[in-house]
Amino acid sequence: MLVIKNLHANVEGKEILKGINLEVKAGEIHAIMGPNGSGKSTLANVLAGNKGYEVTEGEIWFEGKNLLELEPEERAREGLFLAFQYPIEIPGVSNATFLKTAINEKRKHLGLPELTPKEFLDLMREKSKILGMDDSLISRSVNVGFSGGEKKRNEIFQLLMINPKLAILDETDSGLDIDALKIVANGVNVFHNDENAVIVVTHYQRLLNYIVPDYVHVLSKGKIVKSGGKELALELEEKGYDWITSDELESQNA
Amino acid sequence: MNQNLSEKAKGWYLQNIDILSKRLNGSSKNLLSELREKSKKKFLELDFPNRKNEEWRFTDVTPILKHNFIPSILIDKTKFTPEEIKKYLFTGFDFYLLTFINGIFEEDLSDLKNLPNGLIAGSLNKILKDKPELIHDNIDKFSVEQNIFNALNSIYAYDGFVIIADKNVVLDKPVQILFLNGNNENEVLASPKNLIIANNNSQLSVIVNYKGFGDKNYFMNSTVDVFIGESALIDYYKIQDENDDSFHIEKIYAVQNSKSIFNQFNISFGGSLVRNDINSKLDGEFTETHYYGLYLAQDNQHVSNYTFIDHAKPNCMSNELYKGILDDNSHGVFNGKIFVRPGAQKTNAYQQNKAILLSKDAKINTKPQLEIFADDVKCTHGAAVGHLDEEAEFYIRSRGVPQELAKSILIRAFAYDVIESMKIEELKEQINHRIFERLHRVEFQNNLS
Repeated sequence: MLVIKNLHANVEGKEILKGINLEVKAGEIHAIMGPNGSGKSTLANVLAGNKGYEVTEGEIWFEGKNLLELEPEERAREGLFLAFQYPIEIPGVSNATFLKTAINEKRKHLGLPELTPKEFLDLMREKSKILGMDDSLISRSVNVGFSGGEKKRNEIFQLLMINPKLAILDETDSGLDIDALKIVANGVNVFHNDENAVIVVTHYQRLLNYIVPDYVHVLSKGKIVKSGGKELALELEEKGYDWITSDELESQNA
Repeated sequence: MNQNLSEKAKGWYLQNIDILSKRLNGSSKNLLSELREKSKKKFLELDFPNRKNEEWRFTDVTPILKHNFIPSILIDKTKFTPEEIKKYLFTGFDFYLLTFINGIFEEDLSDLKNLPNGLIAGSLNKILKDKPELIHDNIDKFSVEQNIFNALNSIYAYDGFVIIADKNVVLDKPVQILFLNGNNENEVLASPKNLIIANNNSQLSVIVNYKGFGDKNYFMNSTVDVFIGESALIDYYKIQDENDDSFHIEKIYAVQNSKSIFNQFNISFGGSLVRNDINSKLDGEFTETHYYGLYLAQDNQHVSNYTFIDHAKPNCMSNELYKGILDDNSHGVFNGKIFVRPGAQKTNAYQQNKAILLSKDAKINTKPQLEIFADDVKCTHGAAVGHLDEEAEFYIRSRGVPQELAKSILIRAFAYDVIESMKIEELKEQINHRIFERLHRVEFQNNLS
């Protein structure tokens, strides 16, 4: 589904990603872990097409298409979704209208008719129930006056509504208490099936208790320095990042 | 601007006074002819402002002076049918209607059926003939001052709207006043002099709707005096949406008595040069004043907003929120003055103005002016100018929304708090719609159908 080859990217002229290689297949959950500043969020933003990040080298292929040639909205319509670390507030635009616009843009792209108001409302009811969201949150302006937890929950609500092929969760766990974390994780698990994939970007192992990854990758200084199964996350929780990142530095210098 | 241009323009307008006086010869002397004589003197003393004048530093009036506008009273009227003016109106709700073509009242195009007892709404010219005593004390009390455009307004004032609410009258629906300006043959000066009097405990909602027609350039030069009695309330919607190459200068001067509320919306969709001077004197205690502004400009248009809130008495509150959206080579100005007089203790005054520039060539000048001569006051102001937020645009696009629509969503979000403060639901959607039409951008509608 997703193939990343030797990806290098700059932010404001500074190289943050220094050669990422990663392959994600349908049905898989990958966790990208790493200390602050390792490039996790940069990777998530580059995948979604944020213009603030400049790709200097490498390739990204998504479902056979060259992702780097696509605008952010084209990537979304092809089936890529980024749950933001810091979701944006949009006053005067209701969650419902916003999602209806997004879904119908995608359907237009796929040659499908727009959802009828009833189909759309039914879909909203079904998905909001999974996340225990109040109807009032849906009619309110996008993220305006939402608590941090409500914003994160709203991102997962959007994920369920849009139903992409690949979901990238950028620090979705940050700022969530344990109850909210469980609800959000449950939403992701309801979404996940054999035909789609999830990339969980996180600093902490906590979320991975509820969204169990098939693969864990450790990112350090712009490179994947170690990959393993879900047990790697537990090891990181126990020992921290130092033992991996310093090992890697030594081997690089050797 | 050179002195010659000012002199030439003054000469043009003075020469027309004689023609007007001859034309009106035989009509009895009235308040307006007295005013004309008085204003003529003032007009002779003053010059058209240049940019050395602090109040006009950002507004170059030269383009207006290059035209010889003919006062509308001196040209043949353009005829409209009630059917033809419908497209210029805000609709979807009930209202009383007063229609003015180039500042002159059109009874056949107005709808004043079933006006409630105690409410007068109509033409200044007619009221001066029928019942001058009703407005004798109020006409031209404030708006002339030292401004040559206001003096010019008084010289050619022949008509305008008058709305008077008696004590305790609560209007059941808004009064919509359509000013339709323009002409196909002549370059016209419209010069209405307008008056609103809300006596004690009365409540009024007024929509003043400025539209343009015809091929020729025109100049709308207007004044509005507003008197708000004790515990009275006025919702005042000024919506200027005229021809792209038109000129519009208006001074609104409101005086508030104690416990009154004045909600002033100032929506400008642009013209070649638009200048809004909006002034409130808070002349009684415990008043509330809300100014909401939204202005758009594109191409080479210029829109200036000069607001002045004069806290003359203690315990008053004023709150001002202005938003500007500027595209292409346009130029916007916000100059917000708050004056707190000695003794106006416990004043609360807030001012905020924000502008977004949609192109790299658009320009804005903002200038807050706080002059505070009392010591127990709360007074804040804030200004922010920027482009559309790129992170927010990315967020919206990442959901599959095309870039142009994403920008429109952000424009709507930017204008939201001003529009949302309006109390007439149908007006909100029509104004939202017009924003995108004016900016030639894809519309984003916030509804599910």
